[in-house]
Amino acid sequence: MHDAHASRPGETPVPLTASAVLVNKVGLHARPSIKLTQCAKGFTAKIELALAADGPWTDAKSPVKVMRVKAPQGATLHFRVAGPDGKAALAAVLALVHDGFGEV
Amino acid sequence: MNSSSSGNVGIVIVSHSPKIAEGAADMVRQMVGNAVPLAWTGGDIDGGLGTNVAGILEAIETAWSPAGVAVLVDLGGAETNSEMAVEMLPEDRRARVVVCNAPVVEGAVIAATESSGGSPLAAVKRSAEEFYA
Repeated sequence: MHDAHASRPGETPVPLTASAVLVNKVGLHARPSIKLTQCAKGFTAKIELALAADGPWTDAKSPVKVMRVKAPQGATLHFRVAGPDGKAALAAVLALVHDGFGEV
Repeated sequence: MNSSSSGNVGIVIVSHSPKIAEGAADMVRQMVGNAVPLAWTGGDIDGGLGTNVAGILEAIETAWSPAGVAVLVDLGGAETNSEMAVEMLPEDRRARVVVCNAPVVEGAVIAATESSGGSPLAAVKRSAEEFYA
């Protein structure tokens, strides 16, 4: 079953991971959380985030769950992405974090 | 207050206080944007605190979308009057309007966020109701 999944054409075989530091003043509060989930929803890939490289992982498409992470300024956000458009999704969410969600 | 953009699920905010309803709608517009049909109503017909069925029906009409409408309410009468308003809708629309079991301000923002991504009505409702999960 695992092999079948891995060999599907166009599918990312293993989840992609990357991290970025939260630079905007308020951290991952309401407004940035909404921007992040709106961005994530634009992709079919499964996108998760965490405050540590080994999780616990939170669904980046759920605004309520993302807000509950309460990530403060200076925190490192880890992303784990899996799906056909995973690469683009990862680039998009990282760009959003780097840009301070347009708040900096 | 109205913006009937696209086929995204509409959001209706019903509060006893028109100020709360309008303020919550402002938050939705500012935080989520204009991609979601949105309407608010609050106050009784004499302008006091309360809700009224006619006002709710009008708001549902304003925020109407083929994808349906999610209604966010505050307390007691807001919920019962909203349910009454839904029952008074034409039959073909009734099944496409849901009253969410969620806090009115937070629920409206989250429901709109979900809707802005093109999610169907059931997902919009589920997302708003995550606050009580």
